[in-house]
Amino acid sequence: MAAPPPQTLRRTPLYDRHVAAGARIVPFAGWEMPIQYAGIREEHRAVRERFGIFDVSHMGQVETSGPQAAALLQRLLSNDVQAMKVGGAQYSVLCREDGGVLDDLFSYRLQDERFLTVTNAANHDKDLGWFRRHADGFDAEVTDAAPDYAMLAVQGPGAREAVQAIADQPLPPRFTTARRHLRGLPVLVCGTGYTGEDGVELLTDPDAAGPLWDELVRRGAAPAGLAARDTLRLEACFHLYGNDLIEERGPIEAGLGWCCKEDTGFIGSDAVRAVRTAGPREKLVPFRLVGPGIPRQGNAILAGGETVGEVTSGTLSPMLEVGIGMGYVAPSAAAPGTELEIDVRGRRRPAVVAEKPLYRRPA
Amino acid sequence: MAEATYPEDLLYHPEHDWARIDGDTATFGVTWFAQDALGEVVFFDPPEVGSSVSQGEPYAEVESVKAVSDVIAPLSGEIVEVNTDLADTPEAINQDPYGAGWMVRVRLSDPGERDELLSQEAYTAALS
Repeated sequence: MAAPPPQTLRRTPLYDRHVAAGARIVPFAGWEMPIQYAGIREEHRAVRERFGIFDVSHMGQVETSGPQAAALLQRLLSNDVQAMKVGGAQYSVLCREDGGVLDDLFSYRLQDERFLTVTNAANHDKDLGWFRRHADGFDAEVTDAAPDYAMLAVQGPGAREAVQAIADQPLPPRFTTARRHLRGLPVLVCGTGYTGEDGVELLTDPDAAGPLWDELVRRGAAPAGLAARDTLRLEACFHLYGNDLIEERGPIEAGLGWCCKEDTGFIGSDAVRAVRTAGPREKLVPFRLVGPGIPRQGNAILAGGETVGEVTSGTLSPMLEVGIGMGYVAPSAAAPGTELEIDVRGRRRPAVVAEKPLYRRPA
Repeated sequence: MAEATYPEDLLYHPEHDWARIDGDTATFGVTWFAQDALGEVVFFDPPEVGSSVSQGEPYAEVESVKAVSDVIAPLSGEIVEVNTDLADTPEAINQDPYGAGWMVRVRLSDPGERDELLSQEAYTAALS
């Protein structure tokens, strides 16, 4: 058999700007993406202290429209889609029949009968297929909207002020969305993010991404790469699909019961309800090390000398300057304050179950 | 340091480690290429003084925010000193990989092994 052709990596509209800015480019979910510019910790702190800008154009978008768009999404997504107002934003998981998580998603209600759902890049094709497969019998249309959008995240305590300064109208509040003109360019502004900071995500025509990026960088936004995005989200205890969420685990185990409304009858709701009722066999917990070392995905978690779970995300916290992570553990080891050990390549590092989030801005 | 640098007075192991031989001991560290590939080093896990190291085998771990890497011994011997300053300033491995970023000093057990290491010229040729 002939070897398959080498996979072509895609580039976002901002690729040339990343290269010019000295970014280190890596393959990620089929895209050539900037992993860092000035340095992970410098970018991380810039987002916590001022504001940063991320190219997240690799993320996918699915548009669902039509008279039964809300009914279809109510069947697919775990949250109560029908309760979302026009201009609203809602986080949910997409479940299999057995409750396993196919993806975690933000959906925006653009109009009464028109929704936009943002997918993880690696899951986009799978999600789109799942949406379409389950659309039969609904008077609704599912469209791959990924080619229509570039996506920028502007995050940090100074983010809103900087974006507001180039906007024609007030920005939408947190967890809402609105069409605005930024520097004269039409943009869907969303009051969402993945850093634990205030800020917005901007969905734009791909041609508008470059001018917007340039304008916001000129106004002080620090270009931030995927590596800082990961350390920021982990300090905030946001899930990373593929690490903290996988098809073989359900949302209750992941601590995402708050976005599951089983009474809506979404696909997988029976399985989710059963786990919620019986109690999960494992729970995702945040933890921090109490000494040196950096936990990594796959490290065993021990309590009282017994293996009780496994690390799904780990890093060095740039703000706390200690190793932090999240992992699935037995419920008996899940309470905040529980003393753990993380087996970091043969060396047991003391750790403690923490409260969410792992980092919070000092009051 | 921002610019790639490979001192002429060092010997190099293809796994991006250097050795500075001084009589029957040698100082080890990682090269500019290694620290650049790692990114910001945030943790250095040193070996114990008195433990032995073997040419081509890992003797320590160095971690950046994103990943952990083994550090390979360019020569065999017994560790007589470790750079304890790296516990507090692991970034020295990035900033000064051939100076303050040194990792261990080793009493060599087989000085003939040096013939297997690369000169600066051969190492940099292999990088390009």
